[in-house]
Amino acid sequence: MDFIIKASYFAAAVLFILGLKKMSSPKTARNGIIWAGVGMVLATLVTFVHPTLLHAPEDVIFTNYALIIIAIAIAGGLAWYTGKKVAMTDMPQMIALYNGMGGGAAAAIAAVELVKFTEMTQTVQILAVLGALIGTVAFSGSLIAYAKLQGILRKTVRFGGIQLVNGILFGATVITGAIIAFSGVEYSPVVLGAFFVLALVFGVMMTLPIGGADMPVVISLYNALTGLAVGFEGFVLGNPAMMIAGIVVGSAGTLLTQLMAKAMNRPITNVLFTQFGTSGGGEGEEVTGSMKEIEASDAAVMMAYAEKVIIVPGYGMAVAQAQHKIWELTQALRNKGVDVKFAIHPVAGRMPGHMNVLLAEAGVPYDIIYDLDEINDEFATADVALVIGANDVVNPVARTNPDSPIYGMPILNADKAKNCIVIKRGKGAGFSGIENHLFFADNTRMLYGDGQKVAADLVAHTKEL
Amino acid sequence: MEGFIALYIFMLAAFTGYEVISKVPVILHTPLMSGSNFVHGIVVVGAMVALGHAETPLEQTIGFIAVLLAAGNAAGGYVVTERMLEMFKSSKGDK
Repeated sequence: MDFIIKASYFAAAVLFILGLKKMSSPKTARNGIIWAGVGMVLATLVTFVHPTLLHAPEDVIFTNYALIIIAIAIAGGLAWYTGKKVAMTDMPQMIALYNGMGGGAAAAIAAVELVKFTEMTQTVQILAVLGALIGTVAFSGSLIAYAKLQGILRKTVRFGGIQLVNGILFGATVITGAIIAFSGVEYSPVVLGAFFVLALVFGVMMTLPIGGADMPVVISLYNALTGLAVGFEGFVLGNPAMMIAGIVVGSAGTLLTQLMAKAMNRPITNVLFTQFGTSGGGEGEEVTGSMKEIEASDAAVMMAYAEKVIIVPGYGMAVAQAQHKIWELTQALRNKGVDVKFAIHPVAGRMPGHMNVLLAEAGVPYDIIYDLDEINDEFATADVALVIGANDVVNPVARTNPDSPIYGMPILNADKAKNCIVIKRGKGAGFSGIENHLFFADNTRMLYGDGQKVAADLVAHTKEL
Repeated sequence: MEGFIALYIFMLAAFTGYEVISKVPVILHTPLMSGSNFVHGIVVVGAMVALGHAETPLEQTIGFIAVLLAAGNAAGGYVVTERMLEMFKSSKGDK
């Protein structure tokens, strides 16, 4: 029996790695998740006959089995249901939520071992506490990220000296953690409780000041942290499947986080500890020129008689659910012989690749979707750049004004196209609150309205031509 | 488990994760983040063990929460990843 369990865990670890590997190509990606899923089911099933469960004391064994089955049924069922129902636009916060749950689970495992006052070797005890700390922070931090993206928590809480408060909180958490880690089985339950509460509060306080625009990086970071916490608790329980899966995710997540932070041209420390966009970018150079409106019919003419159109989608397109209409527009333009391409900024939307998912949902083929690096030089040769629901990622201020909070972030050169049409709901500034100079440029025309409706109008007018 | 063996596992797993992910194209980043989120749902196995040898009501409560959260992580992570990758497949067929 022991052999079967160990072999199954081994198989699960192999399946996870192969599954992630398969996800590196769109063709095999779907098989990848299925392989990983098989690994998960296998590992979960054999754990029901794990010796620790089978040899639990007589008086609790029945209750424990019942509790395990009830918990899996309730949470598994609920998560399955919500996962099936959630709209593609809301994917980032769902991932944040599920990720936070994983972190919380890792922390809870550590908590069970610690309230048992189990005798552990020094290394194991340090890892147990470290996993608990990381897992708890990932848990409460992810929940805040979820609340922010879901719109439950609208305000970004910031106050002077928040760094100091967080520093003290972190210090206190680490000290209580260290007391527990280095006192064998002699630590008091009060210190243990204080440790978990402090870690929870720290996760909340660390995430609160981070603006919504930075959430992709933060979710990715917490994903990596949860992976690490799971890996550490795997060590505590002597479970190699957890160790391998956790650490693989930990390093993969770290790489993803770096890629994203790099895309924003901001070191990760800057994302976490700088109060991004507090001033709203109000200072800085005066905006010259004015916003010029355009009608949908004129915009349609402009694009239908163009040779090359580059579409720059942003989160606004996702909110308006305009991706299907945009694909219709693309098809209509292509029928007229227009070369249509999509330009995706690495941090467009609320996650890396978020726009790709939405466009894929609408049926846009990959070969007309391009990354920033691939397409940025092409804007100069494009007749029209159609910006829909994107703002900061096309703001030329990032190139020109060193005082701007987004200075240095690579942007899509929509302003270099011969004409630029911006579809926008209203006249306000973007998510980060920074005025966009592109909107005031001479070659820019503003097309106000709900993204989906405007796109539908454009489709209708284009087809009439 | 022997300390140094564990250290080797950590080291090799870390490099594996880094290498496997570094070849993923940008278009798959969201499903990938979601997919790796699902993979750490393996924590459910540890949570089951933790609850399985819980003895007092306090331990059972915390263990129950652990399994609850872990099962949510695993099930939710799988469903959303699968849904996203499903779309990628169909868009490929459109061409």
